[in-house]
Amino acid sequence: MSDSGQPLVLGIETSCDETGVGIVRGETLLVDAIASSVDEHARFGGVVPEVASRAHLEAMVPTLERACAEAGVRLADLDAVAVTSGPGLAGALMVGVAAAKALSVGLGVPLYGVNHLASHVAVDIVEHGPLPSPTMALLVSGGHSSLLLVPDVTADIQPLGATIDDAAGEAFDKVARVLGLPFPGGPHIDRVARDGEVTIDFPRGLTTGRDLERHRFDFSFSGLKTAVARWVELRQRAGESVSVADVAASFQEAVVDVLTRKAVDACRTHGVDHLQIGGGVAANSRLRAMAQSRCEAAGVELRVPRPGLCTDNGAMVAALGAQMVMRGRTPSGLDLPADSSMPVTEIQA
Amino acid sequence: MLLLALDTSTSAITVALHDGSGVRAERAVTDARRHTEHLAPLIEEVLAAGAVAPAELTDIAVGTGPGPFTGLRVGLVTARTLGFALDRPIHGVPSLDVLAHQGSGLVTGDLLVATDARRKEVYWAVYAVRSGRVERLSAPAVDRPGDLEDGVRALPTLGRGPLLYPDLFLAPLPVHDVSAGALAEVAVGRIRSGTPMPVDALYLRRPDAVPSVSTKSTVPDGWRGA
Ligand SMILES: [Zn+2]
Repeated sequence: MSDSGQPLVLGIETSCDETGVGIVRGETLLVDAIASSVDEHARFGGVVPEVASRAHLEAMVPTLERACAEAGVRLADLDAVAVTSGPGLAGALMVGVAAAKALSVGLGVPLYGVNHLASHVAVDIVEHGPLPSPTMALLVSGGHSSLLLVPDVTADIQPLGATIDDAAGEAFDKVARVLGLPFPGGPHIDRVARDGEVTIDFPRGLTTGRDLERHRFDFSFSGLKTAVARWVELRQRAGESVSVADVAASFQEAVVDVLTRKAVDACRTHGVDHLQIGGGVAANSRLRAMAQSRCEAAGVELRVPRPGLCTDNGAMVAALGAQMVMRGRTPSGLDLPADSSMPVTEIQA
Repeated sequence: MLLLALDTSTSAITVALHDGSGVRAERAVTDARRHTEHLAPLIEEVLAAGAVAPAELTDIAVGTGPGPFTGLRVGLVTARTLGFALDRPIHGVPSLDVLAHQGSGLVTGDLLVATDARRKEVYWAVYAVRSGRVERLSAPAVDRPGDLEDGVRALPTLGRGPLLYPDLFLAPLPVHDVSAGALAEVAVGRIRSGTPMPVDALYLRRPDAVPSVSTKSTVPDGWRGA
């Protein structure tokens, strides 16, 4: 370990379409290097797994090189390597896992295979300091919409709820397509909605009656997506003009309303006074604003990392890896598999 | 010279150590679905068997395929990252060339290499063996075995093609998967002769452009990243 007593840990993330390499020293972020293949997927309207995997292979060494150069870190000084071992796209994960093992063997440093979702929570340690225990975490992206009770991000994460159909970011992508906006939909809807007004009362999934009893902290966005598509189709068929801005604002309001309502309800129910939001959708300006006001009203402190640390990145993996090292956790074996369906309760593989 | 060679383009995950005069250690596991799990432990085993520390390696050689993509990439990213970590040159060898080399002691004249490309197709190339020297006569390609010319399919054939399509490949040879030891020998020869050895993956197919959102996912929570 380095003279500061803080472990120098490199993290690799390849679960979807971002090749991320981050380096942290203890709880300090040194660099977060990213190569994204998102543009290559745009014309398909979604991430193509084989395209993503090929891009990871080509981007891996250049991204490692860039991270080391920008941080002024020599590989020989690393104390450990961490990598996302799941969940995610199997072929994409394998590129990162194999690269991490090569570093581990070549440099003779321990390897930590960690959970992608837990990393999304842990990244806030390098942004806002140690996580209060317990923390409530709302992870919302194209791949996940989860409410997690987090007593200890290295050892104890309890899933309270998740989407039962589409992820929140997926709904953004699909509605963007209906509205003729490009992929990925999130940033475009956010931008367009700023010029619109919430004029349409779109459905809030799993928020009433029996649904609420059975799925209090679960989400559903499939019905909302269908409702938006039907609303637009009916207006178009009747020859009426559709205000894309108003539809985007109304749709966004419905998503954000449910997310923040359930997150704050979870905090109250479990007596948690800190809420952290992560995942790509955390970059949404309306989500940030509504979460802020509802948390204030409920006496809950809101923590949201900067947008670049909310989307997939290597820093979050390094952040969790460093926690593992500092807690003295046993490293993963070199036979570590990539686990595309790794449950969030399994924090280290 | 201490060259580490590895290949994951066929059903074997195979690793060898070459010291410039011969193969000092070689290990392989046959498991077409778990390249990620086996490769790094095999590298450690081979280094231990050869009593070599990673930092003592001078060169890395890797099979560039063609082969099923996911497994192929495990070998390529491992070799490239190891080369980066140790600051050593990486040398690519087309994996079909290695199989041809493995067959060069068994036949004289033309031979066919036909490996499993999945989806009812084979990766294949034709080679000529003249007094122990191997020369490739056709570029690596991917096709349905039935679409190869009769004369080509009748050649002595290496690889899993004949195991998968015994009615179509009539002269099978008992060599099914790449050996990293053979790969190391080919690599050492090419390094010495100054042959260019690019490490680009030989995919031979375009990616299937099906976004993961529209396919049934095995991942919880409708995984699509970020
Ligand atoms: Zn993510």
